[in-house]
Amino acid sequence: MDELIRAITVADTPSQMVTAVKNLAAAKDPSAIPTLIAVFGYNNPEAAIVAAAALTQLGEIAVPQLLDQIDDYNYGARAYSIRTLAAIADPLALDILISTTLTDFAPSVRRAAAKGLGNLHWQKLDISASQIAINRALETLLFICEDTDWSIRYAAIVGLQALAKVAIVQSPILAKFQLMLTKDPEKAVRARVQLACSQ
Amino acid sequence: MIETSGEEYSAQNAPNLTPEIAIANLQSSDLSLRYYAAWWLGKFRVRQPEAIDALIAALEDESDRTELGGYPLRRNAARALGKLGNLKAVPGLIRCLECADFYVREAAAQSLAMLGDKTALPALIKLLDGGVEAAVQVPGFPHLAQPYTAVIEALGAMGATEATSLVQPFLKHSVPRLQCSAARAMYQLTQDSIYGELLVTTLATGDLKMRRVVLGDLGAIGYLAAAEAIAQAQVENSFKLIALKGLLEYQLPQQSDTFGISEQAIRVMNLMDSLL
Repeated sequence: MDELIRAITVADTPSQMVTAVKNLAAAKDPSAIPTLIAVFGYNNPEAAIVAAAALTQLGEIAVPQLLDQIDDYNYGARAYSIRTLAAIADPLALDILISTTLTDFAPSVRRAAAKGLGNLHWQKLDISASQIAINRALETLLFICEDTDWSIRYAAIVGLQALAKVAIVQSPILAKFQLMLTKDPEKAVRARVQLACSQ
Repeated sequence: MIETSGEEYSAQNAPNLTPEIAIANLQSSDLSLRYYAAWWLGKFRVRQPEAIDALIAALEDESDRTELGGYPLRRNAARALGKLGNLKAVPGLIRCLECADFYVREAAAQSLAMLGDKTALPALIKLLDGGVEAAVQVPGFPHLAQPYTAVIEALGAMGATEATSLVQPFLKHSVPRLQCSAARAMYQLTQDSIYGELLVTTLATGDLKMRRVVLGDLGAIGYLAAAEAIAQAQVENSFKLIALKGLLEYQLPQQSDTFGISEQAIRVMNLMDSLL
């Protein structure tokens, strides 16, 4: 493992970096987690995608470090962290996904968080905790359906469509969708609502 | 000189305007207040007749001049009028196509495209006089003799099929951005996929800035065959989402409330979902 990690620190070219990250990812070893997260900050999209996939495969075990090492100063890196947390879907990420959805300045990061909010594995929580969590996710997504940025509203719909698999929140979601079908100014957003309603 | 669009004003730093104050400020003795007011009226879509009339009058302004002979207020007034959707502005904008200031001509061409009034076509086509041979850099200026990109995009958007043979040679112009504009317009004028594919090729081969531009072109023409290429382009997701939104909108019927969703529209939305 040390050798695989060292290969990343000495990579001189973008393609060497990608190869090194692929090799490290193939080891599927939890001790690689901090190094894989650090790759998000190297401004190498190809390597970052490999690292994100590797972390997603490692799954829940990577979540605490992903949460702990979110880069507040690099929104590119932050987007990969949020996408990875969204893909792993551990409800431990709920708070960070909510705050990111509501307050991050980068729309790309907010969209990733909003999509992730709909897909968390609620069954990992006990019944009462899961109800509170689901309602917080719902509230957040309903709130950003009023965002001025169409792409944020679009992501909210994608999140809400996923969340609507939970029976207890179906009716407020469908009510919101009906409202958006008549009120949203963007045709593309209304089309996405229609798609959500038809699925 | 790099001409700015005025979009760099941030709402926080702006003086607190109302439509009435902005319209009055177009006559202010402070030239910077006039310039700002013209931008503001467009930005906040102030469509009342007094605003339109005041902006049309500002197209003839003589007081606000740059050291190089440009007309800053006319530029902003021309840009604003494109956003306000009132065809009363068309004759004044057509006159602007003959203004000595390149940026006034460029703004007028862009705004005429937005207004979509075909009476502007002869004057727009006239700017292509001399063809590619005349489309050379003006010594000492960072632009060509005419705002060809704006003119060609306007001709494409307005469906000026009579200009097809004039636009086509610009596919071979040495400026890559202009080649893209020509491909974009040629696709709109002919619906021939060969021109859409030219843009797709540029999306794969151009530098990052060019890839962003081409995404805008593909979105503007709704070239559906490019959907997957757009989703996979090496560009920030925000640009890809906007381009795919353009494609999607072409797949949706005009009537907004009761449209059905086609397979093609779903395909585009699935790609958009994957970019969130």
